[in-house]
Amino acid sequence: MYKNSMKIEFLNISDNERFARCVAAAFVLELDPTMDQLSEIKTAISEAVTNAIIHGYEDREGIITIEGNIYDDTVEFIVTDNGVGIPDISRAREPLFTGKPELERSGMGFTIMETFMDSMEVESFVGKGTRITMRKRLNKVDKSEG
Amino acid sequence: MELFVLGKYRTLVVKIYGELDHHKADSVRKAIDREIKRCGVINIAFDFSNVTFMDSSGIGVIMGRYKIAKSLGGSTVIYGANESVQRIIDMSGITNIVTVSDSLENGLKEAAANV
Ligand SMILES: Nc1ncnc2c1ncn2[C@@H]1O[C@H](COP(=O)(O)OP(=O)(O)O)[C@@H](O)[C@H]1O
Ligand SMILES: [Mg+2]
Repeated sequence: MYKNSMKIEFLNISDNERFARCVAAAFVLELDPTMDQLSEIKTAISEAVTNAIIHGYEDREGIITIEGNIYDDTVEFIVTDNGVGIPDISRAREPLFTGKPELERSGMGFTIMETFMDSMEVESFVGKGTRITMRKRLNKVDKSEG
Repeated sequence: MELFVLGKYRTLVVKIYGELDHHKADSVRKAIDREIKRCGVINIAFDFSNVTFMDSSGIGVIMGRYKIAKSLGGSTVIYGANESVQRIIDMSGITNIVTVSDSLENGLKEAAANV
């Protein structure tokens, strides 16, 4: 059984959205993902980190954590903030729902995370923060062919 | 990002480079809105051929500009998106309100035909 794990912490500035995408992509490279799988993972991570910045911390400073785990051919990412939390999780997960229409949000973040990953769990407590857990199985491409 | 005006078509062409995420969205949005006011255009055409990554923040930018163009009686065109960017565009449903095309010329033609 192949196993790996990592953890990064960074400040809630928007420059780190790209940093987080790159780290996530680099972490899964060992599993030989396809280009499509890589771009799905980068997009899902980007959505989770952007949400932590915009909605979780709003205008105050805070730390965002990404934990990555690999078990065999499955990767798991856990994105955590200690921000305001989500009062109604099922409403927040509805396609096109946004709590911040004034910021030109599209309300598609959770839908994209759900579509691009195999699973997504949201745990959140008002005043404490939010934790998003996403998993995706990356089926190995047979290298002996082509 | 490059902005240029096609006076004949009253169109602002917005050529975006690299990654369109929340970090980049603000400056893109501001530059476009400033230019629309300044140049009196009514249509917006997004050249996505050099966009390597886009997430839902990019959809927010497009939707916001669509609303502005619509309020001016104009339309919004997107062309040149790669496969992964196109997937986000398709998922968002904005294909019902903006014209997605393979080139600027075709996009402007199609948008004009849809008015
Ligand atoms: N980390 C978070 N902290 C607090 N609220 C959040 C967080 N993530 C998501 N939300 C809430 O869920 C809503 C939906 O999120 P999402 O689908 O990404 O759409 P958008 O970011 O465009 O609003 C947000 O508008 C916000 O109200
Ligand atoms: Mg979001």
